[in-house]
Amino acid sequence: MEVYFDNTATTRCYASVRDIVVRTMMEDYGNPSAKHGKGVEAEAYVRRSARILADLLKVKEKEILFTSGGTESDNLALIGGAAANRRRGNHIITTAVEHAAVGQPAAYLKEQGFEVTILPVDGRGVVRLDALRDALREDTILVSVMYVNNEVGSVMPIEEIGKLVHEKSPYALFHVDAVQAFGKYRIYPKKLGIDLMSVSGHKIHGPKGVGFLYIGEKAKVQPQILGGGQQGGMRSGTDNVPGIAGLGEAAREIYENLDGNREHLYELKEHLAKGLAELEDVRINGMPLREGAPQILSVSVMGVRSEVLLHALEERGIYVSAGSACSSHKRKPSATLSAMGLPKEQMECTVRVSFSEENTFEEADYFLQVLKELVPMLRRYSRK
Amino acid sequence: MLFHAFLIKYAEIAIKGKNRYLFEDALVKQIGLALSSVEGEFSVVKERGRIYVYCPEEYDFDETVEALKRVFGIVAICPVVIYEDRGLEQTARDVVEYMKARYPDYRGTFKVYTRRARKTYPVPSMEVSAELGGSILDAFPGASVDVHEPELTISVEIRDRIYVYSDTIPGPGGMPVGTNGRAMLLLSGGIDSPVAGYMIAKRGVKIEAVYFHAPPYTSERAKQKVVDLAAIIARYCGPIRLHVVNFTDIQLYIYDQCPHEELTIIMRRYMMRIAEHFAVKDGCLGLVTGESIGQVASQTLQSLAATNEVCGLPVYRPVIGFDKQEIVERAHRIGTFDTSVLPYEDCCTIFVAKHPVTKPNLKVIRRSEEKLAEKIDQLMEEALKTTEVIVVGE
Repeated sequence: MEVYFDNTATTRCYASVRDIVVRTMMEDYGNPSAKHGKGVEAEAYVRRSARILADLLKVKEKEILFTSGGTESDNLALIGGAAANRRRGNHIITTAVEHAAVGQPAAYLKEQGFEVTILPVDGRGVVRLDALRDALREDTILVSVMYVNNEVGSVMPIEEIGKLVHEKSPYALFHVDAVQAFGKYRIYPKKLGIDLMSVSGHKIHGPKGVGFLYIGEKAKVQPQILGGGQQGGMRSGTDNVPGIAGLGEAAREIYENLDGNREHLYELKEHLAKGLAELEDVRINGMPLREGAPQILSVSVMGVRSEVLLHALEERGIYVSAGSACSSHKRKPSATLSAMGLPKEQMECTVRVSFSEENTFEEADYFLQVLKELVPMLRRYSRK
Repeated sequence: MLFHAFLIKYAEIAIKGKNRYLFEDALVKQIGLALSSVEGEFSVVKERGRIYVYCPEEYDFDETVEALKRVFGIVAICPVVIYEDRGLEQTARDVVEYMKARYPDYRGTFKVYTRRARKTYPVPSMEVSAELGGSILDAFPGASVDVHEPELTISVEIRDRIYVYSDTIPGPGGMPVGTNGRAMLLLSGGIDSPVAGYMIAKRGVKIEAVYFHAPPYTSERAKQKVVDLAAIIARYCGPIRLHVVNFTDIQLYIYDQCPHEELTIIMRRYMMRIAEHFAVKDGCLGLVTGESIGQVASQTLQSLAATNEVCGLPVYRPVIGFDKQEIVERAHRIGTFDTSVLPYEDCCTIFVAKHPVTKPNLKVIRRSEEKLAEKIDQLMEEALKTTEVIVVGE
């Protein structure tokens, strides 16, 4: 039995996404910038996707900027956002638990002379609002906080943060990395005070290599990719029509049963947590189950190093993650887990189990059964 | 400037007496293999104490030189321009043209060195050199002749045609692979063992390798890393048969039965036994390891003696006297370093004790191994039977 429990790393494409991607590659393959009919045909796919996304977020089509994915969206938001607003101030705020796609640009901006404040989180992985309140200043130009943490599934109080930011820092842009939140929650940027928001396609059963950045019409962002002036000059380069078409289709499909899917995910999560509680010395990290993200369960199986557990599960056809997939090439403790104050021996034993609405209770039971077999054996052989 | 051929210089194999032709033939073969992956038509020809690589058609110069630089046995590579023999006066004009193209405005010292492979050529070598040198002096007023320590030597070989060269690109040295038997390398994912394998291969030894895989404690990526390392070495020494041994059960059994401080030593004794098994099976004449004295607990003289004891075959340890930094430098040069430092755990470190024995007593180790009597034969058999052989670098 193959059980894919690494849906935070990436997801399988919907069949409808595959079909539209194939169609834009094999039939309607024109360049949307071309003047002839073949170009118009291709452009229709791009416009359709922009319409779908704009409707879902209740924003305008022109506020959707297609990118190559979450990382590019985050980079553009931070670097382009800081560059365009430099005259108004020099202060940037972000958190200790951001994805590297935010953390690294923030470090780069610091090197470039910006002052960067990194907010701490509490033991659940949630950003501390009191720290934010203290950090916000008149000259703060950018605040970047993720919606859902990719490692432990903590959900940040975005609406409160939005209010605080705009109250205390009139010139600040509020950026939200919503890569793990989009498709799980109904998100309305305008209601939440979000100026910039990053979304990735392949986390919602769309293709890899595509995503978008919502840029509220009042927000100023300096383009980072120059060239032929596509997308109103905000991001040059021939539109990735297959990717964009696939992204729009994925968003459409995942929203068809958004609330039902979320309920299913929470039930799976609770089911797993209940089963895990039967094992000795297993800890669940992050927020209480229903408060955290529905698709992410961070589990520490004490006494079993996460990589070993990962490979042992892999031998039984179960795929989970140790640390977040993007950073597991580097052997260093996870920034999120450290920021939450987890002890080293617990960090080393932490795996992330993450599911999609395609996962079943049967798979969850198989996972629990395998874990019950493996853990006593793995615990017996450990470094002394 | 278009070079029509490369003169391949080799040193050691020229002194191997009656076996010389074996070494030369091996070198010709290895050059042919190295060039088979380079786009272009090449012919490798052995001619009276010289090996030439002819490239009559279009070819990529840099790529060709890079490939030749990886052939053990080559001391130097000289790119050659070939001219028709239309008499000495024309040759003089050709050599001046060569100089103008290669060293415009040359102002240093030089000499011309002539060698007559075609003894029927009417003018003696010394006179040819003098004549050509004179023409060069005429054309390059700033240049001067120095026959003892010239900054530039123009070599002219009179064969059926006239060969002119002046560049010497260093090769790796060593001896052609396949001229000195076969050995089994214990290849981990670290920095040292690939370097050890390279050094032994450089002496003309055909390399095979064995890697100990311990799932789930070591990952598929750790295994892929070893395959990648083998592929880098194979660029120098040709295809490598890599034996991937599943070592988990043996390791866990030792863990269960023996004192923890002795785990690494006992484990390594079993690795040697397994490596020797495959070595003997494939006709290898020795084992090769990347051990270096004192680097870790299992590489003290006492520990080396303890692991050495289980093998009948000689164990070669080419980096035994090297400091880590020296090994690292070599790893950089060979091109294995960046792969070696990828952070995947290998099976030697997963259960390593906090304070492993550094001076193992053989009697004690043997007694501990007796505790394995019940199941070890069966586990060894199982490990040998399930070993996967991957041919890397074909």
